[in-house]
Amino acid sequence: MTLKEEKKNSIIEKSLLLFSKNGFYNTTIPDIAKAMSMSVGNMYNYFKSKEELAKFAIKYSTNILARDLREINQLQISSKDKVFLFTKKYLENVQKSPEVIEYFLRVYLSNREVFNKDCEGFLCVSEFVTEVMILLDEGAASKEFRQQDFFPAFAMIMGALGGFAFLSGEKVLDKEIVSYSDAVAQNIYRALKYDE
Amino acid sequence: MTSRECSKPKIVWLQAITCNGNTHSLLSANANRLKLFLDSFNLIYHPSLTTELLLEELLQQNEEIDFLLVEGAITSNKDFFQISNQTTSEVLKKLVLKSKYLIAVGSCASYGGVHKKFEQNSDIFGLEEALEKKEISSLFHPIINLTGCPVHPEWIFQTLFSLKEYKKIGLDEKGRPKEIYSHLAHHGCTRNEYFEWKVEAKSFGLKEGCLFYEQGCRGPMTHSNCNRVLWNDVNTKTRAGMPCIGCTEFDFPRDNMLETKKNIGIPDQVPIGVSKRAYLSLAGVAKTFKIERLHERIIK
Repeated sequence: MTLKEEKKNSIIEKSLLLFSKNGFYNTTIPDIAKAMSMSVGNMYNYFKSKEELAKFAIKYSTNILARDLREINQLQISSKDKVFLFTKKYLENVQKSPEVIEYFLRVYLSNREVFNKDCEGFLCVSEFVTEVMILLDEGAASKEFRQQDFFPAFAMIMGALGGFAFLSGEKVLDKEIVSYSDAVAQNIYRALKYDE
Repeated sequence: MTSRECSKPKIVWLQAITCNGNTHSLLSANANRLKLFLDSFNLIYHPSLTTELLLEELLQQNEEIDFLLVEGAITSNKDFFQISNQTTSEVLKKLVLKSKYLIAVGSCASYGGVHKKFEQNSDIFGLEEALEKKEISSLFHPIINLTGCPVHPEWIFQTLFSLKEYKKIGLDEKGRPKEIYSHLAHHGCTRNEYFEWKVEAKSFGLKEGCLFYEQGCRGPMTHSNCNRVLWNDVNTKTRAGMPCIGCTEFDFPRDNMLETKKNIGIPDQVPIGVSKRAYLSLAGVAKTFKIERLHERIIK
């Protein structure tokens, strides 16, 4: 990774924190520059606009999840075990770096107008969606999962995980989020599993 | 037989267990090409055409055959199929001994085809499987498989003229001429732009939309030049709105040929040479674009 790319990544990481805490519109480039101890002018050497930064940030954050799931997909284990492992990894990410998931829930899903150009559909989250497709495809091919349409199956995974991250963000959970991992995974698996 | 005909390479066309589809295909060849073929070769025997020889005469005499073309699958089970009180296997073995080149015409002769699915007789084969190595040791050339259901007449002509002129022809690992079977039916398909942008045909017979995702089209996985050397010089299955059913491949006929097998909405098989991860990634991106032009009827 070049020095410039490293710097871009640290700007993205900082902006994820600010965007997820204050929202897209309440966070300005000067706010991010200040947090980075950089001049505002220098910020524009890395990102042309706040919108561009937001798009890079969604790719960056979902690619963290994509990498985790790709590693899990490549393991020689059952699809059930993959669901359990990924759920654990996801909830660990929520605990360790809540801003990553919070950004997805509170900025990407809530400010669609920011992402409707060059980030349409799955364009900026395609690496992660592809890994979910691989997980589902292999599970159904090996008859561990039942056949159904893609989107209900996709929503069953992401809805459960996203919803739980939301509960964690609202601080309403009784216990540490990771301790719910097996129970959440069990629900996802039951929704997907093959029926005799 | 005139002396001119004597100098032409001799062809024998044997029909084994067949629906005659390849013979029909041959007879529907471009008229000029068919004339050139008949002027260049001496078709001494074909059971569906008028020839001077009978099969029994052919088997009894010592006359050499240049090209033995076989249409249909082979069995040594007399209860299921006989020609002149002999099994197709017996007839084939006798004719191969007299021949220089052995060419399987069609998928049944190549690999057994649809007949191999006949559960009551497990003794049905394509040529390569039906013959022992020592039985083909006198041939000048490895067995050539012209797969297809049926074979395009131009593939027969091209193979025969190549062998007549150059004595040999490059084959792929399945015994098919590389010149004909190295590309995919997908190449030259007029629906490729729909394939690229994942716009699906709404039903059979339409000129618009790709037939891969919903209609079972095997164009991206099938080795043939159907969309480059057109049928009847004008058309192909995919141009007419019928999916490619992969009739030139070893596994033809497959079950549920007009369906795309999917797992949770994701195609089970993806185009040759592309990993599923890469295909899904590209397909997901392509689907995000909606190109209005590709969602409209071409002729309104």
